[in-house]
Amino acid sequence: MSAITPEDVVDSASIAAASTKRKPLWQLAIRNPNVIFGGVILLVMVAIAIFAPFLGTVDPTRIDPAARNKKPGTEITFRLEDGTTAKRTVLMGTDSLGRDVYSRVLYGTRVSLAVGVSVALCAIAIGVVIGLVSGYVRWADGIIMRIMDGLMAIPGILLAIALVSIWRAGLITVIFAIVVPDVPRVVRLVRSIVLTVREEPYVEGAISVGTPTWVLLFRHILPNTVAPLIVQGTFLAAAAILAEAALSFLGIGIPPEIPSWGNIMAEGRTLFRVFPHNILYPGIFLALTVLAINIMGDGLRDTLDPKMSKKV
Amino acid sequence: MFDFIARRLVAIVPVLAVVAVFVFLMLRLTPGDPAAVIAGDNATSDQIADIREKLGLNQPIWQQFGIWIGNILQGNFGESFFFKKTVAELIAQRVEPTLALALCTLVFAVCLAVPIGVLAAYRQGSVFDKAVMAFSVLGFSVPGFVIGYCLIYIFAIELGWLPVQGYVRIGVDFGRFAERMVLPSLTLSVGFIALIARITRASVLEVLNEDYIRTARAKGLSNRVVLMRHALRNAAVPILTVIGLGIAILMGGAVVTESVFGLPGLGRLTVEAVLSRDFPTIQTVILLFSVVYVVINLLIDISYTLFDPRIRY
Amino acid sequence: MADKKPVLEVRNLTVALPGGADRANAVQKVSFTVNSGEIVCLVGESGSGKSVIAFTVMGLLAKALKPTGGEILLEGENVLAASEERLRELRCTRMSMIFQEPMTALNPVMSCGEQIDEVLRTHTNLDNATRKAKIIKILSRVKLPEPERIYASYPHQLSGGQRQRIMIAMALVLDPVLLIADEPTTALDVTTQAEILKLIAELQETEGTGVLFITHDFGVVAEIAHKVAVLRWGELVEMGPTEQILSRPVAGYTRMLISSVPSIHPVHRGVRLEGKTVLRTEKLGKTYSGKSFFQKARVVKAAIDVDLDIRRGETLGIVGESGSGKSTVARCIARLIDPSEGKVYLGDTEIATMSASRLRPHRRKVQIVFQDPYRSMNPRITIGESIIEGPMNFGLPRDEALARARKLMETVRLDPNALDRYPHQFSGGQRQRICIARALAMEPELLIADEAVSALDVSVQKQVLELMSELQSEFGLTYLLISHNLAVVRQMSTAVGVLHNGVLVEKGPTDAIFDNPQADYTRMLLDAVPDISRVA
Repeated sequence: MSAITPEDVVDSASIAAASTKRKPLWQLAIRNPNVIFGGVILLVMVAIAIFAPFLGTVDPTRIDPAARNKKPGTEITFRLEDGTTAKRTVLMGTDSLGRDVYSRVLYGTRVSLAVGVSVALCAIAIGVVIGLVSGYVRWADGIIMRIMDGLMAIPGILLAIALVSIWRAGLITVIFAIVVPDVPRVVRLVRSIVLTVREEPYVEGAISVGTPTWVLLFRHILPNTVAPLIVQGTFLAAAAILAEAALSFLGIGIPPEIPSWGNIMAEGRTLFRVFPHNILYPGIFLALTVLAINIMGDGLRDTLDPKMSKKV
Repeated sequence: MFDFIARRLVAIVPVLAVVAVFVFLMLRLTPGDPAAVIAGDNATSDQIADIREKLGLNQPIWQQFGIWIGNILQGNFGESFFFKKTVAELIAQRVEPTLALALCTLVFAVCLAVPIGVLAAYRQGSVFDKAVMAFSVLGFSVPGFVIGYCLIYIFAIELGWLPVQGYVRIGVDFGRFAERMVLPSLTLSVGFIALIARITRASVLEVLNEDYIRTARAKGLSNRVVLMRHALRNAAVPILTVIGLGIAILMGGAVVTESVFGLPGLGRLTVEAVLSRDFPTIQTVILLFSVVYVVINLLIDISYTLFDPRIRY
Repeated sequence: MADKKPVLEVRNLTVALPGGADRANAVQKVSFTVNSGEIVCLVGESGSGKSVIAFTVMGLLAKALKPTGGEILLEGENVLAASEERLRELRCTRMSMIFQEPMTALNPVMSCGEQIDEVLRTHTNLDNATRKAKIIKILSRVKLPEPERIYASYPHQLSGGQRQRIMIAMALVLDPVLLIADEPTTALDVTTQAEILKLIAELQETEGTGVLFITHDFGVVAEIAHKVAVLRWGELVEMGPTEQILSRPVAGYTRMLISSVPSIHPVHRGVRLEGKTVLRTEKLGKTYSGKSFFQKARVVKAAIDVDLDIRRGETLGIVGESGSGKSTVARCIARLIDPSEGKVYLGDTEIATMSASRLRPHRRKVQIVFQDPYRSMNPRITIGESIIEGPMNFGLPRDEALARARKLMETVRLDPNALDRYPHQFSGGQRQRICIARALAMEPELLIADEAVSALDVSVQKQVLELMSELQSEFGLTYLLISHNLAVVRQMSTAVGVLHNGVLVEKGPTDAIFDNPQADYTRMLLDAVPDISRVA
């Protein structure tokens, strides 16, 4: 309990600099080059997902036996609904059922982004509630954390596989299966913040002026979790998109009626040696999207959560 | 020391208990009669009745759990109706490729990633450091199966240096075994290297800011000695922790990689079992992976004492 | 001090700060000399640049700081011009340094012997046995018991004082001509501080080492220095022999600093009041147990059978070293933690065992001001919101609470229009005033100051203490003052309690405790206090 001497000129100088130039964090964040770079790519992907029907695509589930296994750039003749025929160049070729890979990849963007966003939101929503309870209600903490430890002991993708196997595969099942292994990670983060912050003198100060518990939680404690959760959320979204792709690629994720990058690649596996485009194009889109989110996440972490960026 | 290990052993009991309860409940959460689910689509009603009897499905659920866990502790993991073998036999058959793949990857990745991470930290801000950071983001972002197919396309199809797919048992022909392990291990390594290089860099950087590093410099030690003798050993604990946690990524990655390269390992078995809804096999594989994961992390926990004299209790 | 040749000459040293800092240079044209066998103290408040000078001499400056002018001569050799390799040769052989935080300055994964051995292996060609003998010898010279055992111990097995001795041994093992000590006792308890200061003075005397001693504490200066240099904002204010600076300072700044140092000598605070008892504890105890199912139960008795009573309008001071349980007692009284045993009477109400919901109405009556001004207020809400939060919790309408807050800002001598600012826009001393205002907004019966001025520079500390005294006489406030600083307690309190390892070893009126201590521990504590008036 000895005296702290705020020594070092550098410290006081940087403190002075920080306090005069302090800007809202989100302003710093949107000026970070990583955030801008990742964000722009991501915006393009979102635009593709929304405007997929208007980008020269055809029905991505339409099977055309006459146009099976065409290489990218081939011109194919196809039959319109009124019986007439027309010619069209398949930009990314067709798969073994004659479906247009370009259209499937563009529509696949929808599934990936939907999975990423919904997994991150669900995991955070569930995790915050459980984490707050665990961090603030002492008797519940032990039980909750044992269950979370147990869930964390099952490698994430295997837990997702196990959950998918319980129900028949589908979009909702896949999202749920990816959310469950993520929840303990969010819980741990929120709980550790709650435990640290509740020891802060300003929280104790608030307690000693008679602040009710719920005000304490929402006004003094919860705001501290926002920045770390935004950062964690981007990484969860990136991992979720990869997990969905892996499950679908293995044939146990999204059923082939809904085009997703993973199941386009699954489709392309058998004829990979001859027609690598079925794996190449969705692979590029997948890697690019995940890369964009990860780069954005790095930028957000550097600006919003500098303490954590020192660690990882 | 003994006390420490004993306490750690006790601490994993509740963790494994939660895993066991989850794995047990998996089957009960599936819609339909568990016995019918286990027996598969072509089972006769006699077979179903037989299964119901064996698993005690007519008894209360906690007794069913007792029977199930009792069987497992005796090494009886049930029977796979799809593969028409006991699950134990099935696993024994499939364990070698997975083990080989995981070990090759682990050794390769750690030997490469730790020096890379240390060097990047030492030359913080240099071109090398930036390249390592860029590679690590890329390594996190490109999925294993895309990397796998790229490698196959370049090295197996275009260059023809290595076989495309398949597995040869190590005891049968080591040379052919080895050439079939190169691409899968490389594929699985990428993400793992990215992870370990990044955490090594971060831990070393953090240690380099510590007061005792300043003391070491004030003693007149050279930068190299400061880095190797003072920084690295202090950074070892977080690096080891992440290697341990990374085992989960390795296991998940093995499932995908085995599918890409047609390795008849546990990962492939998991996928086959899910596709054929072969629950005894799925349950056992999940349980097995989790136990291995928990035990590896226990060993890593214990190994901390070698690096840090403060950890004794 | 036979032969006084200069070992260190600093001439016109200027060190530039990175752009965007509050001033251009961390150090501005500073010159001074350290002779052999002489202790020169660099003294100044935070931000004065005194540590920067020390690190510049060693060549250990952070990359952001650049020496831009002047020279530093170590026995005639300019170290500013020396190569990195030459600097490494000089470190620990000609010049050595010890640091403020002995707890973190040693590598936790190497044994202490190994760490000293590293110095010898780097700078000498001695064989194993000679090195070992040399280390054992220096360990016994710094008065560490059982040198052989210490040689094999790891830092975490030693106390802070012992670790600082290891650092001193490491620094002096090769008999350097210059020892730089950067606040070496600031992180230590007052009794340990006294021992370390004595050790440094002794070793320096026998070896004839020149010592550059950095400190913020004039008490320490009075104990140890031959010569003093006073720094402010990177510039040298005044320099001279210790006796001259302390008793006849020329510069106004030096005079202000010295007069701000609280004295251990009596001031008349009046006798204890026979007022109504505001708060009383009865056999108050707090036991921390590392109660985990899988871990060895570690039981720490932080407070044992503490009996206190505080009367209206008085100040009760509680002194103790780190780990004495003084903060635990404060936090039990404020019911921020639950006492394990005993009773706390607030007026006639027993609050130690009261349930959280029944406690709430009583919370108003006890308020607390914490040590760390930077963490005492929620950084995300304005100070106005912080101040009115309490009164509004107890049903005061918002505009009335705001009016009260404006008045209180004036009371603590701050601008009432600053209520809509955020905590980071205030300095440490201002924040402590705001915290006091927040506490006063509750109109408490008891105000606990838990090391409330410990983190502040002496000049700011003095202002806050004066404010507290004025408020007390104006509003008849009752204080519980928790501090490790005996001088502060003596200046402020009417009654004092001395805590040691959780036990209240002595309590009574201030003058009685300070002038005629009964407990051995109190006597030891009082002896250890460095005293500025010993020289002056």
